[in-house]
Amino acid sequence: MGHAYTPGLKVSAAAEYMRSRMLPIPGELQVKQGDAVEPDTVVARALLPGNVAIAHLSRELGVAAPDVHELMLVKEGDEVTEGQPIARSKGIFGLMKTTVNAPTTGVLESVSKVSGQAIYREPPIPVEVKAYVAGTVSHVEPKFGVEVTARGTMVQGIFGIGPETFGPVVMATDDPARPLLPGDLKPEHAGAIVVGGSLASLATLKQAVEVGARAVIVGGIDADDLKDLLGYDLGVAITGNETVGLTLVVTEGFGELAMANKSFRLLSEAAGQVASVSGATQIRAGVMRPEVLIPGTVAQIEETAVDSGMLAIDSAVRIIRDPAFGSLAKVIELPPEPRKLETESAVRILTVALADGTQLTLPRANVELVDESL
Amino acid sequence: MTDAPSPGGSTAGGPSSASGPIRSILATDCGSTTTKAILIELTDEGYRLKVRGEAPTTVEAPFDDVTVGVTNAVTEVAEVAGRTILSEDGKVIMPQQGDTGVDLYLSTSSAGGGLQMLVAGVVRTMTAESAERAALGAGAIVMDVLASNDKRKPHEQITRIRHLRPDMILLSGGIDGGTTSHVAELAELIGAADPKPRLGSSYELPIVFAGNKEAAGAVKDALDDKTALEVVDNLRPTLDTENLDPARDKIHDLFMEHVMAQAPGYDKLKSWTSAPVMPTPGAVGEIIQTIARERGISVLGVDIGGATTDVFSVFQNTFNRTVSANLGMSYSVSNVLASTGLPNVLRWVPFDIDERELRNRIKNKMVRPTTIPTLLRDLQVEQAIAREALRLAQIQHKEFATQLKGVRKTRDISEAFDQSASGATLVDMMALDLLVGSGGVLSHAPRRVQAALMMMDAFEPMGITTLAVDSIFMMPQLGVLATVHPEAATEVFERDCLVLLGTCIAPVGKTKGGAPLATVKLGLPDGTKEFTIGRGDLTRIPLATGLKAECTITPAKGIDVGAGPGTPVTRSIDGGEVGVLLDGRGRPIELPDTAAERVAAIEGWIKNLDLYPAVPSTPAPTAAAI
Repeated sequence: MGHAYTPGLKVSAAAEYMRSRMLPIPGELQVKQGDAVEPDTVVARALLPGNVAIAHLSRELGVAAPDVHELMLVKEGDEVTEGQPIARSKGIFGLMKTTVNAPTTGVLESVSKVSGQAIYREPPIPVEVKAYVAGTVSHVEPKFGVEVTARGTMVQGIFGIGPETFGPVVMATDDPARPLLPGDLKPEHAGAIVVGGSLASLATLKQAVEVGARAVIVGGIDADDLKDLLGYDLGVAITGNETVGLTLVVTEGFGELAMANKSFRLLSEAAGQVASVSGATQIRAGVMRPEVLIPGTVAQIEETAVDSGMLAIDSAVRIIRDPAFGSLAKVIELPPEPRKLETESAVRILTVALADGTQLTLPRANVELVDESL
Repeated sequence: MTDAPSPGGSTAGGPSSASGPIRSILATDCGSTTTKAILIELTDEGYRLKVRGEAPTTVEAPFDDVTVGVTNAVTEVAEVAGRTILSEDGKVIMPQQGDTGVDLYLSTSSAGGGLQMLVAGVVRTMTAESAERAALGAGAIVMDVLASNDKRKPHEQITRIRHLRPDMILLSGGIDGGTTSHVAELAELIGAADPKPRLGSSYELPIVFAGNKEAAGAVKDALDDKTALEVVDNLRPTLDTENLDPARDKIHDLFMEHVMAQAPGYDKLKSWTSAPVMPTPGAVGEIIQTIARERGISVLGVDIGGATTDVFSVFQNTFNRTVSANLGMSYSVSNVLASTGLPNVLRWVPFDIDERELRNRIKNKMVRPTTIPTLLRDLQVEQAIAREALRLAQIQHKEFATQLKGVRKTRDISEAFDQSASGATLVDMMALDLLVGSGGVLSHAPRRVQAALMMMDAFEPMGITTLAVDSIFMMPQLGVLATVHPEAATEVFERDCLVLLGTCIAPVGKTKGGAPLATVKLGLPDGTKEFTIGRGDLTRIPLATGLKAECTITPAKGIDVGAGPGTPVTRSIDGGEVGVLLDGRGRPIELPDTAAERVAAIEGWIKNLDLYPAVPSTPAPTAAAI
C-alpha cells in the first residue's frame, strides 16, 4: 500500500472559488472591498497608451534628417488631426513644395534628427475588466484590480476554447452517454449555456452557433471536428481567445466519451441558473482548465479527493490513456516498487477494478482522480 | 557571492580551494517542473558523479521560493551521499571542511519560463540573424526577430513589441561605420512601443545594444530614459565577422541582475552560488562547446522535451543553437503532427492504425501530457512521432546554422562554377563525429537501440558517427561547471554523463542494380570479421562499451563513407551499449513505396536490431468494449 500525488479535475456542488480580475496596466477601480458583483459588473478601467503611427518625414520631404525640424508646421507635443499638414518643403524657388500630412489623429510625439522619423500617438484606448463571476469583492489590489470570491458548483473540463461568458444552464439531453445532435439545439437556446452528452460534432457546434448559444458543455469532441471548427490544427493547448461564435468546454477528452455522471448531475441540478463559463485552457506552467461556475448557497465547503491529490486504495479514478481510456475504476492495489510494462519501461503502477470487475494494471501516470462514488 | 574559492584559481586543470584542489562540487538545475541536483567528488580516478537527487521546483505558489526546491533536492543528495551539505538554516556549506559541505556550488535555471527575448537588427539575414544567434547561444527563447526589412509596417512592429512583453531585448544593426539612421529608426520604434517586462512593471526593461558603435548615441537618446539600456561591442563589427561573446555575456549578467531577480527566491539562490546562475540552455551550449574544443571534434546535440526541442552544434569551430518551440513530446505533441502530417508519422509504424483514432489519441496526450505508453504499439507510435519532431528540429537547425550571410567572396576559377552562395549551412552530417541525444524519449527509451535508431532516422548521420545519450540529463549542470572548472566538467561528462551507444556507419550514394554499398572489416574481440552493407540493410554488430575496433570500410564505386566517393577509410571506432550499426538504407533514407513492403522492411530492421520485445500484441481493451 502506498500513496501518490495524482492530479484530477474538480467537480463539486460545494466549492469556493476566487477569480483574479486584473488590468494589464494601472487604472481606476470601479468597485470596493465587500461589494456584490454580477458577471457583467465592470470592476476596473484603464486607458492603454494609444497606437503609434510612424511617418518618414526626411524621405517624404526629400531632405536630410537633421533638416526636417525647420520644415515642421507643428511642434512636438501638438495635437494633430488626420490629413492636417504638418511639414512642408521649401520647394524650388518657392514652387513645387511638398506637403506632408498627419497620417492619423493624435499627438505628434517626436521628430528624430537622426532618422528623420515622426512618431504620432493616437488617443488612449479604454480597457474594462468585468467581474466574470457573481460574487463578492474579497480583495483589492489598488489601481490594478480585484479578486472576486463566490461559493457554488464548480465543474472543471479537460479542454476548452473561447472566451469568458455567462448565461442560464439548459440541458439539451437527459443522457450523458448520448451524443448531442444538431436537432437538440433549438432557437430557445439563444444566450444559453447548453449541456450535452458524449460528443458534439462539427454540425452540432455549428447549429449551436446558429441558434445563438453562448456555450456548449460536452463530454468529447473529435480532433478533426475541432480542426474544422477553428480553421487550423491546434498544436498546443493554450486557448481562450478563439472567436468561433461560442465557448466550448469538453469535460472528458477527444473522441466520443460519456460525460462523467457527477458533472452531468450537478449541471442538471443547476438548470435554469446563471453559470459563468470559460474555455481558457493552458496545460504548461500555471495549469488552467476550462470551467463552469454556478453560484449558490453553500454552508460547508466540500473537501474532495481531487483537492487532496492523494491516490489511495478505494480512490475513484478515470483511466486517461489506452487501454480502457475513459473508463472509471476503483484503485485496489498500489505497490510501491516500479514494475515493467509490456513496453519494458519500469514505472510505478497501480491495479484498478472496472465496474464489471475486470482488473487492469496500469502506470500511475495514466489515471486521474475523480470526485465520484463508485 | 559566498566565501567560496575563486573560480579560475591556480592549479593546473582547474580552480582550487584554500586547502588545495576543488574536492567536491554541488550543482543544481532549476527546471520548470523539477529541480535536479548532482554531487561531484574528486576521487583517485579524477572527478566523478557521486549521487544525484531531485525535487519539485518551487518557484510558483504556494511556495514562491526557488530555494525550497533546491534545498529539497540537495537534502536528497546529502542523504544518499551520507554527508552534510546544508547548514541548519538551509544554506549550502562552503568550503568543504572534512566531510561537511562542498567546495563549489553552481546552478542553472529555466524555471518561470526561462529567458524570453526579442531581438532586432537592420537586415534580417545579417545583423538581425547574428543577434538571434547571440540570444539563442545565451540560452534565450527568441520570441520574435524584428528587422528593418522584415516586410512588416512600423505600426505592426510596434504592436508586436507591445504585445510580446519580453524579459529582455537585444538590439543590433549596422557594421561599425555603417548605417546609423536605420539603427536609430529601430531604437525609436522600440521606444515608441514603450515595452514592459514580462515579470512585472516595477522595473525597467533591460535592452542590450550591440550594433554600430557610431549609432550608440542615437540609441541612448531614444531609449536611455525609458529602459535599462546597456551598450556593448558590436556583434557584427564587419560583414565577415561576428563577435557574439560581449552580447552573450551581457545577456547572462542581465538575466541574473534583472530578470531572475524578479523571480521568487532567486536573490537568495544568487547569494549561495559560487558563480552566476546561468540559463539552462546556455549551460548546455557551454558543455557542448567545451567537448568539441577539447576533443577537436564536431558535435551535434539534441534535447527533446515535452514542449520544445533544442539542437546544439559545433561545426568548423562555430557554435549554433536553435530552439524549435512547439516541437515536443507532450505539450506540443499535437503540433508535431500538425507540422509534419500524419503520413510522415505513420511511415515509421509497422502496422495499420485508424487515422481518426490516432488523431484523437494524440490530442488526448496534449491535454494530459504526463501519461505514458502502456502498450508496445503505443510506444512505437510515440517513437515515430519523436522521429518526426527530431527531423523537423534538425531541418530548422540546418537552415539557421549557416556561414555568415552577406559576405563578399573572392572566387578563384575552380570556384567559379560552384553555385554555393554565402550562407551555406555549416551542418555537414558527413563531417559529424559525435551525435548526442537527450530528453525523456531518448534517454529513457526502454532499449538503448531504440534511441540510436530514432536519432539515425531523424538526423541521418553519414559516414562514421559516434552515437550517445545523456543518461540523466546533467548537461546543464556540467555546462555551468565548464565555465568555472572545465577539467572537472569534461571528466564527468565523459565518464558519467554520456552513455555511449556505439557507432553508425552509413555509406552515401547509389550503386547500380542493387549491388552492395560497401564492405566493412572489423577487428572485434573474437577476431577480425568482414561484413557487407547491402542496399536497404540495417545490421547490428555487438561491440561493448569501453571497447574500440579497428575498422576498414571499402565503399563501392561512387559510394562515400567520408573520404570521397570510392575511397576506403580505416580508423578506430567506438563500441557502446548498442554496438556498431551498419546502415545501408541510403541518404535520405529510402523507405519502400507500398505499405506492405514498408511494413516488411521495418519488421526486418526491428528483428535485426532486436529493437522491441517480442510481445504478442493482444488486442487492447477499450472503453467502448468494456
